[in-house]
Amino acid sequence: MANILNGRDNLSIILDKIFAHTSKFIAVSILLLVAWIFTVLLQHSMESITALGFDFVTETKWAPNLEKFGALPAIYGSVVSTFLAMILAVPLAIGVAIYLSELAPAKLKTPVGVSIELLAAIPSVVYGMWGLFYFVPIVRDLVGGIGISMLTAGIVLSIMILPFMAAVTRDAMDTTPDILKESAYALGGTRWDVIKDIIIPYAKAGIIGSLILALGRAIGETMAVTFVMGNVHQISMDLTLPATSIPVTLANEFTEASSGLYYSSLFQLSLLLLVISFTIISIAKFYFLRRKRVGL
Amino acid sequence: MTHTTKRIIMNNIVMTLSTISAVIGMGFLFWILGILVINGVDALTWTIFSQEGAPPGYENSGLKHALIGQLLIVGAATVVGVPLGILAGTYLSEYGQKAKLAETIRDISDIMMSAPSIVIGAFVYAVVVAPMGHFSGWAGSIALTIIMLPIILRTTDDMLNLVPSTLREAAFALGAPKYKVIIQVVYRGAKAGILTGILLGVARVAGETAPLLFTSFNDNFLNTDMNEPMASLTVTMYNYATSPYEDWQKLGWAAAFILSMFILTLNILGKLFLLKKKGR
Repeated sequence: MANILNGRDNLSIILDKIFAHTSKFIAVSILLLVAWIFTVLLQHSMESITALGFDFVTETKWAPNLEKFGALPAIYGSVVSTFLAMILAVPLAIGVAIYLSELAPAKLKTPVGVSIELLAAIPSVVYGMWGLFYFVPIVRDLVGGIGISMLTAGIVLSIMILPFMAAVTRDAMDTTPDILKESAYALGGTRWDVIKDIIIPYAKAGIIGSLILALGRAIGETMAVTFVMGNVHQISMDLTLPATSIPVTLANEFTEASSGLYYSSLFQLSLLLLVISFTIISIAKFYFLRRKRVGL
Repeated sequence: MTHTTKRIIMNNIVMTLSTISAVIGMGFLFWILGILVINGVDALTWTIFSQEGAPPGYENSGLKHALIGQLLIVGAATVVGVPLGILAGTYLSEYGQKAKLAETIRDISDIMMSAPSIVIGAFVYAVVVAPMGHFSGWAGSIALTIIMLPIILRTTDDMLNLVPSTLREAAFALGAPKYKVIIQVVYRGAKAGILTGILLGVARVAGETAPLLFTSFNDNFLNTDMNEPMASLTVTMYNYATSPYEDWQKLGWAAAFILSMFILTLNILGKLFLLKKKGR
């Protein structure tokens, strides 16, 4: 009896160890992979970092034929287009979230909520295509110019992040316990009273975290803006002019880079973008959202 | 004006604004969906599935090359990414639990899920495409695998966590070794959830364009060799839509429609699996 058990146990122990170690190895390799990504991007950026130094982020001229690589127009474009997108999307997203969590009749709540979530799943390349064919002409007619512009990019970006932003903001608002809301209603509070005095104070961190998370996604978004931004390296206060952003530059120029320094500066842009979005998403995650629902 | 009237007026104002923004938001989104369906259905013909790409102006052009390329690239990424993601998620939920290492892996995966996918493309370019000397379907698959991993890992972790620990304890009490408990009890209990994670993960990477631009690149003709540049629906869509040729743009809409329907179906299936699970 003891023998049989022993025999089985030995095999089990070995298999147990194999299973435990394999799964741990794979899990840990995710960390190594992320470290590897940073290292590789840094390595490939070295040529540009040593050649251009700090000028890379302050120089406004990007002229690959002259071997001049100033990233400021791309950085400026990323900041401005994302800022525009946030200004437009945040109020709409909060409105949609309020509607979904407090206002919508029970019959509409699920279908509207689910369709928002489904719209968040539509690939960004489709939003970009819609922007190019349907939104660019509208912008062209309304504000002039060629329609391919910083403004168009900001608007298309805002529409692209709206469903994600609305869905996560609603989720954050929905964490407010019903009993708190019901108590406030029982005291005679209006819906707005409940929202501003109960839900917003309760879910503040979650709401802000969701908005920042959406910001982190927007700044790295490539396809929705590549169609409508024009990839023109210039800094202008005029929003109706074409512009570029870090991801747009990468998408347009990566396969065209001819010299070592050109490549290297594109890698440095990638690294910069990764560091920026890593920072923003970390702030959202660690400062505001702690744990935890899967952030799809 | 009494305090109460003021509050009621204020309430009405905010509620109206909120409803309006919901209507505007939904309006935009359904506008996009409507355009997608109208243009997509309009462009959808049998030749799309039976013909390869052709120079602009040719009548018999289709998306067969992109559809097959897409299936191969996403398929390979799924075959590699799913088991790796599930195993890593298993470690987090069953072994690592609340340990510091496991928490760190969770945090980093959460961040990676929202990290810009174009950067993954640049990374894969540096470690796969440049050493090989040319673009390839494999490079695209590797980029998609990297994007898929954290999604599968985190959903698996969450879903395994939902399996009641009493089930595990019962199995342990019967003398089952841990790996058997995990495979025969925990995985079974979390089947629907893991499946949802897989569907959502596949749906997410199937719509990725940016990381494929400089990994799998593109090809206007049918190619099933993963060592060569390969067409995908998304990159084809981008190239055709930005071309000045009307017939190419039409094909672009067809690609957008097919891809979106595929992704929406996966998402709906995923949600249904979860609902069924909750219903029980």
